[in-house]
Amino acid sequence: MYDPTVARLTYRALLGRRRALILFALPALLLLIAAAVRGFNGPDDAVASDVLGGFALATMVPLIGVFAGTGAIGPEIDDGSVVYLLAKPVKRPTIIFTKLIVAIAVTMVFSAVPTLLAGLILNGNGQQVAVAYTVAALVASIAYAAIFLLLGTVTRHAVVFGLVYALVWEAVFGSLVSGARTLSVQQWALAVGGRTAEGDLVTSEVGLPLATVLLLAVTVLATWYAGRRLRSLTLAGEE
Amino acid sequence: MTTLTIDHVSRWFGNVVAVNDITMTVGPGVTGLLGPNGAGKSTLINMMGGFLAPSTGSVTLDGDRIWRNEQVYRRLGIVPEREGMYDFLTGREFVVANAELHGLGEREARHALATVQMEYAQDRKISTYSKGMRQRVKMASALVHEPSVLLLDEPFNGMDPRQRMQLMDLLRTMGDEGRTVLFSSHILEEVEQLASHIEVIVAGRHAASGDFRRIRRLMTDRPHRYLVRSSDDRALAAALIADPSTAGIEVDLTEGALRIQAVDFGRFTELLPKVARERNIRLLTVSPSDESLESVFSYLVAA
Repeated sequence: MYDPTVARLTYRALLGRRRALILFALPALLLLIAAAVRGFNGPDDAVASDVLGGFALATMVPLIGVFAGTGAIGPEIDDGSVVYLLAKPVKRPTIIFTKLIVAIAVTMVFSAVPTLLAGLILNGNGQQVAVAYTVAALVASIAYAAIFLLLGTVTRHAVVFGLVYALVWEAVFGSLVSGARTLSVQQWALAVGGRTAEGDLVTSEVGLPLATVLLLAVTVLATWYAGRRLRSLTLAGEE
Repeated sequence: MTTLTIDHVSRWFGNVVAVNDITMTVGPGVTGLLGPNGAGKSTLINMMGGFLAPSTGSVTLDGDRIWRNEQVYRRLGIVPEREGMYDFLTGREFVVANAELHGLGEREARHALATVQMEYAQDRKISTYSKGMRQRVKMASALVHEPSVLLLDEPFNGMDPRQRMQLMDLLRTMGDEGRTVLFSSHILEEVEQLASHIEVIVAGRHAASGDFRRIRRLMTDRPHRYLVRSSDDRALAAALIADPSTAGIEVDLTEGALRIQAVDFGRFTELLPKVARERNIRLLTVSPSDESLESVFSYLVAA
């Protein structure tokens, strides 16, 4: 199911291109914000939760997910180099599964690790806030990577759609329309992460059982469908 | 024996028919897929390579369907026209990765790089390569598992004459080894020099098939031109024009030769030596003056 060669190519494509800079820029920004808030405000659990929930989980994690998920396959399909992967006796689901693992790993490293560090800076993990958001970021990384990998497989404009989803749906629409929050990776992840926090600083609109089912369903379905799409990938000629 | 079979294949994109009911068989040896730009060559090659489903008909490799069948790539090598190819890798890393995806390794990759004479630049990044170098590394990636069928889409594009010769030699060798090599081109000299067999595609249709002289002879409804030099040009001209197989003869004084238009190819080729023998005229030169693929092609396209 896992092909180390596909993984190596994917990982080098993700981190070797210029867009990889955004993978470093966003976590750096989060750490900067955390340090500034701590410096001006001192340690405060509620403020820590606001920063981690409002910026780390609501904005940074989905954006990193967009770049890692779509970047794991989109550019290859765009420039045609995916031919070299596909003209091989390698099962299509293996290619997708491997790329998913790489995308998840990259998203986790560049979103969950800085989330933990920022939490430690903000309030030294008071009330387990840092750990709760880190767990949420880890869980969200899996679902985002799967969703955006699928997006990268089905459309050439994956980054645009990904950004619209991440910023408009998750951040704006979700906060205005309560029903939309049920269909939000962020809320599902919060339901899981909230279990580890003390008190009720980290809460979700969605119950844990439903959140778990939806997370699993979205990840599995997106991965399965991406494998199917890759099997029928069509390369139109230049003419 | 590995044979690609294209059976009543059509492919359309919306209202546009790119490939129109083509049936052909591609066997061992070098086959040239010839046609002007936009004729449907790439569409056809993409279907042969499993990257496009035929709208109707079937494309098979020794009876196995190619579309959605990744196992055919054990026998099939593809050299795509597009340039995208993991530019951030070195040539060697790229070919090794291709070998690994076939379950092979460094040894096979080294051999493939040697075959295309790219060892000298194998540790440079692909992004620094010239077009010809990229083309050769693509070849190496397609050859690494020694496929019995090799498909190349416009392989000579952007190559300098020396690189072109090298690649032609390589493909010729592969054809002689009994592999099935198919390449597309819109440049006639390339096809003429390399291909033992030609398939002509014009406007999505299969216009002709065979070696280029045969294709030429298929065009019986148009005159064939010959340049003839003899010991007595005028006597020969007088005797030939009396026969209905010739339509016109010009005495070219500057060339010192006859330019003859024959309308009945078969009859003319028998007539010429007979007339010369009967009249004791010595034939010094008989050369088909337009039997280059270029002229064959322009007639096919005009038709």
